[in-house]
Amino acid sequence: MAGYIVRRVLQAIPVLLGTTFLIYFMVFAMPGDPVVALFGDKTPPPQVLEAVREQYHLDQPFIVQYLLFLGGIFRGDFGTSFSGQPVSEILATTFPVTLRLALMAIFIEMVFGITIGLISGLRKGGIFDASFLVVSLILISLPVFVVAFVAQYVFAIQLGWFRTTAGPGAPIQDLILPAIVLATISFAQIVRLTRASVIETDTQDFVRTAASKGLSRRRIVPVHILRNSLIPVVTYLAVDFGTLMVGATVTEGIFNVPGVGRTLYQAIIRNEAATVVSFVTVMVLIYLFVNLLVDLLYAVLDPRIRYAK
Amino acid sequence: MTEIVNGTDVQQTIVSSDERPLLEIKDLEVGFNTQDGLVKALNGVNITLYRGQSLAIVGESGSGKSTTAHAIINLLPGTGHITGGQILLDGQDLAKTSEKEMEAIRGRKIGFVPQDPMSNLNPVWSIGFQVEEAIKANGIATGRKEVKARAIEVLKQAGLGDAERRLKQFPHQFSGGMRQRVLIGMGLAADPQLLIADEPTSALDVTVQRVILDHLESLTRELGTTLLFITHDLGLAAERAEQLVVMYKGRVVESGPSVEILQNPQHPYTQRLVAAAPSLASRRIQSSGGIAAAEASISEDASHAAGETIDLIATAEARAEAIEAAASAPPAIIVEDLTKVFKIRGSGEFTAVDKVSFQIPKGTTMALVGESGSGKSTVAKMLLKLEEATSGKMVVGGRDLATVTGKELFELRSRMQPVFQDPYGSLNPLRNIGNTIAEPLHTHKVGTKASRRARTYELLDQVSLPRTLVGRYPNELSGGQRQRVAIARALALKPEIVVLDEAVSALDVLVQAQILRLLADLQGELGLTYLFITHDLAVVRVIADHVCVMQRGKIVEAATTDEVFDNPKEQYTKDLLAAIPGANIELGA
Repeated sequence: MAGYIVRRVLQAIPVLLGTTFLIYFMVFAMPGDPVVALFGDKTPPPQVLEAVREQYHLDQPFIVQYLLFLGGIFRGDFGTSFSGQPVSEILATTFPVTLRLALMAIFIEMVFGITIGLISGLRKGGIFDASFLVVSLILISLPVFVVAFVAQYVFAIQLGWFRTTAGPGAPIQDLILPAIVLATISFAQIVRLTRASVIETDTQDFVRTAASKGLSRRRIVPVHILRNSLIPVVTYLAVDFGTLMVGATVTEGIFNVPGVGRTLYQAIIRNEAATVVSFVTVMVLIYLFVNLLVDLLYAVLDPRIRYAK
Repeated sequence: MTEIVNGTDVQQTIVSSDERPLLEIKDLEVGFNTQDGLVKALNGVNITLYRGQSLAIVGESGSGKSTTAHAIINLLPGTGHITGGQILLDGQDLAKTSEKEMEAIRGRKIGFVPQDPMSNLNPVWSIGFQVEEAIKANGIATGRKEVKARAIEVLKQAGLGDAERRLKQFPHQFSGGMRQRVLIGMGLAADPQLLIADEPTSALDVTVQRVILDHLESLTRELGTTLLFITHDLGLAAERAEQLVVMYKGRVVESGPSVEILQNPQHPYTQRLVAAAPSLASRRIQSSGGIAAAEASISEDASHAAGETIDLIATAEARAEAIEAAASAPPAIIVEDLTKVFKIRGSGEFTAVDKVSFQIPKGTTMALVGESGSGKSTVAKMLLKLEEATSGKMVVGGRDLATVTGKELFELRSRMQPVFQDPYGSLNPLRNIGNTIAEPLHTHKVGTKASRRARTYELLDQVSLPRTLVGRYPNELSGGQRQRVAIARALALKPEIVVLDEAVSALDVLVQAQILRLLADLQGELGLTYLFITHDLAVVRVIADHVCVMQRGKIVEAATTDEVFDNPKEQYTKDLLAAIPGANIELGA
């Protein structure tokens, strides 16, 4: 197991180098001069522009900039944003917020998605199954910003159950509505995946054998059906984490949550290479970490993987 | 089928006993709800089973034998349900028992050993967990220690030696035979009165099958368990059960003492089944001289009576002449010192094929026989160049395979075609039959569109399939029809050599006999050379001219088929022969 983890961590290195290089290059290739854009309509004296350029190494060729940036990361220095704040500081304030939001969303989608998927699968073709099929279809076809605006209008403005936007520090109660909205992106997928998986497992020979041993249905469902059905759902969770990151960018914008998504969006608009690349690097790192975690979880669920070399 | 003998009439032939039967099935009807309404799977099944007896239900797939078993324990798949009749277990009607009560009966009163050991254990739970679960559910033992002790006892009883250590292991770490022992152990865990064994060994090698069945037999005798045994193999049924019930299309067509039915089958379907069973037929051909001729005529009569000629003997005789003629010609395939070594991560090397040598004369059939894991399929793969040989020489049609590459190999492939085991997996479900058969012609750019179409029709005629199948898809065909399509595809390029890897293993006996006959006919007609890979010695007897017996990658015995069967030299071959179910049952009056 230890060897496996070391191998996976080593595999992450080329992935990290590749993604940072690509992103750095794309930000570099974006049209327009970020320094000029920074000053908006004003035209600052050329000396000032030069000074800013020098400070951010923007006068250097692309590859030098990239290597300087990489070197900084290894020293724990993520650079400085145009506002003068160190990127690592911004990361420290925004990441906990987004992490909280993401975890809440995952929790909501897993609990509701798996429960509803399980019931739908066990009662295939019933009223419960049919109605949630319709609901999941609606949710799949709606873009997340539509869901976000509708939820904001209905639950926050009309019913007044939640605050319209998140307050300073983004306390948990302000994150409930954004988390529910974020959860709807993958909720339908999880319902459908669980449902299909449960239906398939329910027809497996070992389920009948379990019944023939004299086990009650109440034991068979969690032990022999749900446990086996979770394997594909857990795999999906890893992929889903990426979707969640993208969704967070939109949701945080609409609910004004001071998280990674909103900050990243603003940095892209302002062409801030250092901030964008740092944020994305950390996101890639987290994504890789979550995938590793899911693979390990996968091994816990499925002994055939655990014992294969 | 002219008449179906009513089950109730036949019932009287079963030996009567003073006591009440343990299991009595009366006019059982089972239906499945489909889009076209209710489809009946069982049409009035009657079975009586007394305490301590053993009874086998025999029939081909779709005859309703497994449905009967599932109906008894009320675990019919999908939309299946009992629509009529009674299932009396010790006087209690199981057809009217609630699910709650059924849970108490399953395991405790009726044990069940399922068919496929590979799919009947949950892969994510340890063996110990799954056995202990059965013990706890039936209240056999309480408390962790007692349950564990009982689990070990159950597994030891089922023939798993080091049960303590094995409890923590998972199903995928067990071989098929070991898994089947676990399933037998679970079925008997609560010491039930009745044990239903649904094809308990059909997925296993013959020698393993024998060991498992011997064990099951002595165990049920010891515990006094009544055994209901389900199988498609008539020889196996007759050998293992005192009573026989033959099912056909959801009905019992014949029942009575096993030996009586085999020696004197009454119903036409049973007669066909007896005539076609290769395990029994092999016995007949094996006899020498005049007796063979006499017995051959008997079997001819039987098959005529059944309305279908299954004339394996005549084909065998015709082939004998062909072999003599072929002996002088250069061999179609020469294999010398063929070796395949697989590298296994962590544990070094594994020699799957070890210095294997043989020759196949043109126009003859050589059978490569062995249990799973003996390396026989690896030989076929190397010959087809689907797997690289580690060392050794293979000469096909006068050309050394080692030097053949690119275009030449492509050309060579057109002369050597494979037919694989699984008629379901080897046809692309998205291509219709016409396209499937014509695909090799397409690949090798043979002829025009019109000529390819004509060739497809010709091939369908050759394998006795109607031309109307051209536009149909594989899922609309039966297993036997699919295998005919696979053979037609293999013949499309007019190959000289056909490699048949377990090509009839997945088929029912009657269909198997038809396909074997088709292969023999095609060989006579087209002068084909067959390399026939199989684990089933009974099939070898009726199709092969030469036999090579493989064990652990080596050929342990090689001779003509008659020599191997009449005078086996190696102990392993003898074991294999002895393991053919029903081989020692005398047929004919």
